[in-house]
Amino acid sequence: MRVLAIDTSNLVLSVAVVEEARVLGEMMTNLQKNHSVRLMDSISGLMDELNLLPDELAGIAVAQGPGSYTGVRIGVATAKSMAWALGIPVVGVSSLQAVAMNAAGFSGGIVPMFDARRGQVYTGGYRTQEDGSVALALPERIVLLREWLDALSEEWGDSPMMFLGDDVAMHRDLIAQRMGRRAVFAPAAFNHPRAAHIGWLGIRRLAEAGSPHDMVPEYLQVAEAEAKWLAKQNG
Amino acid sequence: MKRQNEPRYIERVREHYRRRREAGKPVFILGVETSCDETSAAVIQDGTLVLANVIASQAEVHKRFGGVVPEVASRRHVENITLTIEEALDKAGKTLEEIDAIAVTYGPGLVGALLVGVAAAKAISFARGIPLIGVHHIAGHIYANRLVTEMRFPLVALVVSGGHTELVLMKEHGSYEILGETRDDAAGEAYDKVARALGLPYPGGPHIDRLAHEGEANVPLPRAWLEPDSYDFSFSGLKSAVLNTLHNASQRGETIEPANLAASFQASVVEVLVEKTIRAAKAHEARQVLLAGGVAANRGLRAALTERCEQEGLALVIPPLSLCTDNAAMIAAAGYIDYLKGNFAGLDLNGIAGLPLSDRTMD
Repeated sequence: MRVLAIDTSNLVLSVAVVEEARVLGEMMTNLQKNHSVRLMDSISGLMDELNLLPDELAGIAVAQGPGSYTGVRIGVATAKSMAWALGIPVVGVSSLQAVAMNAAGFSGGIVPMFDARRGQVYTGGYRTQEDGSVALALPERIVLLREWLDALSEEWGDSPMMFLGDDVAMHRDLIAQRMGRRAVFAPAAFNHPRAAHIGWLGIRRLAEAGSPHDMVPEYLQVAEAEAKWLAKQNG
Repeated sequence: MKRQNEPRYIERVREHYRRRREAGKPVFILGVETSCDETSAAVIQDGTLVLANVIASQAEVHKRFGGVVPEVASRRHVENITLTIEEALDKAGKTLEEIDAIAVTYGPGLVGALLVGVAAAKAISFARGIPLIGVHHIAGHIYANRLVTEMRFPLVALVVSGGHTELVLMKEHGSYEILGETRDDAAGEAYDKVARALGLPYPGGPHIDRLAHEGEANVPLPRAWLEPDSYDFSFSGLKSAVLNTLHNASQRGETIEPANLAASFQASVVEVLVEKTIRAAKAHEARQVLLAGGVAANRGLRAALTERCEQEGLALVIPPLSLCTDNAAMIAAAGYIDYLKGNFAGLDLNGIAGLPLSDRTMD
């Protein structure tokens, strides 16, 4: 069974084709732009390399967010449309979990994060599982980084924690200052999401996939105009 | 183990096209439109016959914000896109197997909204090897008229909507020359702003149109003719004049009958639109005048343009209301011209907010 995996939810663009037990091919670029222009050509190019036709795919896995709203939508719209056109299932995988997978095997807490502006981050807490994957231990959220670090201290005490993601660099000082020696910073390559991880996580959940029509992004927050409108209603 | 190289995307598309053209059967184009707040998909036959035209409107969603919120629109598009396309195919009684090409709006419009339709169209095109066509939104509005009657060239098209006010000269299919356009607000935008000042709900166009018919155009308002030979438009001065009139009246403790002000505003907009269109049609010896875009639903504009075209002996085509507002049938109709020429887009097709009309993606 072959599954196409896609991640355009943040600055990195990554696509992969995986089977249950191996990666057939993967492409990752960190050009930080133009996902709309480059995604389909990247998929097409990878599948040409692998000598695969679209109808040889058994499913699609896509990074569902959080991340850049537009980036998430490009990936999700592409994945659900392709799945619908091919009559195959599509599953969504958390964009944070995809990054957390880079630290699978780490015995402490795994903390992927993306900057969400105004001192906030999209984040969650993951733990290594016996099957080699990582599972959510502290729910994903959008939160002020300062508050999040306090919460981590409370939840995970003296346990070491690995901070992952391209945006960790911009918050590194604050994290190091608050967490001290508990904070572990990953090597550069661990900060980028890999579509191969998304494919590997997705392929195991393919059987539970609903209709492609129901595949929608997980933004972790309502649109700003919506939030303002709601606040006004609650006056 | 090693097998022959599978055909690449571009070869699959060329083969699809060659096979269909040789079969000589009717051509079915799937249209996709997500440039603003309508998620729409359509299937049309041979560029002229609408088999299905599904429009998932978000008007109700945006009403409470007093205008279209781009992020909210984009979210709705990604939720609805495949459902809308499937519904169009079902209504047309077609499957993707029978579709000859996918035509999608790639600009101008809200970029986040455009990207959803473009991503979906590219994904389906790649999945099934179906040729992909990028369509300019204004070309789509103009081609809505071809779903009513055959086009005759040269023609002059007046395109008026919430985002556009353009006079376009077409000498043949697929060729567009902009004679004039707005230098500030689009006509529909001016309608919305004036409606807000009069305390009318969004979108304001239909409310002003209705009110205008109950009033008398007795409030003096300017007409922006600009330079004598110009086909350009300007509505911001008129909008300011309306606001000033309201403001001055309230300062003096007077009230202005809203219906009269609406009628006066509409008279000013319509007169400039109609007279510049007539002048352009005569100057270019147009065999047809087309009206297009959401404001083409305006009764005052329809009536005035009809009357003046009759006086001047010009043939006027106005699409039915359902084809005036954003819809995918018009996009498929415009895409059909590119289909016949074999003008296909690549998988790098992008959504472009400020796409110029003369720009063609295809080689």
